[in-house]
Amino acid sequence: MLDKPKIHNPAQSSAPLTLYGTEVRSRLLLGTARYPSPDILRQAIAASGAQIVTVSLRRESARARSGQKFWDMIKGLGCHILPNTAGCFTVKEAITTAEMAREVFETSWIKLEVIANEDTLQPDLLGLVQAARTLTENGFDVFPYTTEDLSVAEKLAEAGCKVIMPWGSPIGSGKGLNNNFGLRTLRSYFPDFPLIIDAGIGAPSHAAEAMEMGYDAILLNTAIAKAGDPARMAAAFSEATRAGRTAYEAGLMEQRDMASPSTPLAGTAFSALNDS
Amino acid sequence: MKIVLNGEPIEINVTTLGELCSIEGYGGAKIATAVNGEFVAERTRAATRLSEADRVEIVAPRQGG
Repeated sequence: MLDKPKIHNPAQSSAPLTLYGTEVRSRLLLGTARYPSPDILRQAIAASGAQIVTVSLRRESARARSGQKFWDMIKGLGCHILPNTAGCFTVKEAITTAEMAREVFETSWIKLEVIANEDTLQPDLLGLVQAARTLTENGFDVFPYTTEDLSVAEKLAEAGCKVIMPWGSPIGSGKGLNNNFGLRTLRSYFPDFPLIIDAGIGAPSHAAEAMEMGYDAILLNTAIAKAGDPARMAAAFSEATRAGRTAYEAGLMEQRDMASPSTPLAGTAFSALNDS
Repeated sequence: MKIVLNGEPIEINVTTLGELCSIEGYGGAKIATAVNGEFVAERTRAATRLSEADRVEIVAPRQGG
């Protein structure tokens, strides 16, 4: 009897991702906000396979102690915790929030957001660089939420950031990759630097597109939390992210402006001999 | 003494941030604190004196994106 051929699953052979010395297999990072219930959040995280989840700090009522309940639930997931500075509009607020997050979550990781505008939630790029520099000097591992601007990315790298997280499009918009050219340029300019698309991803196809482009990972929240069935959508994003990464590693064909027949022309019936 | 706790003006008879956390019922809670925009580490709350009109923030883990 012949041995069964071994089935090679390329999706499982993708290289791990290393972020500030921590190695993860999953290239999907998940936000924990806006889910219909804690149970559905738990199910979605499990279905996504995410190993890194983002959290925040908010004012606590001594009576409700909501923070303790949330923390107990998140701890039980066994994921790496990436606290954010969401809602901070100044460098000072972001730095103080980061310091509070380091103590509460017992991690030096911080997803740094310094927001410039309430409507677009666009990052304040000048404030971001300033805050990133201060936090890095104070021992933080900074994950800056930025745009695809190349010069800002350079400044963030100079400030000591070892990961850069450009937006796809504005937070919660679900519009996907708003500036394809800019994102490709950024990827080309930083070939060996961990780059994570953070924000604006609305559909699994957006995630796959970014991963095919060579981005290292995807960070998203609303597209899963606000799906009709968040756990199933989390599974879909997980598959899309893996598919995109595998395609990138496999090497996409080059696009052409004109057609190129896939079926060989040689030997085509009815063709003149000297055509073949 | 009048202070602002998490954006709400309150009147309270305390000397330190540690006392405030205890009297307001945060004992043993997973919290972080700041006074007038400056982070105050847990180990220094007991020695951090509060003054009239201080703005105190007490925060805890929450869902985030």
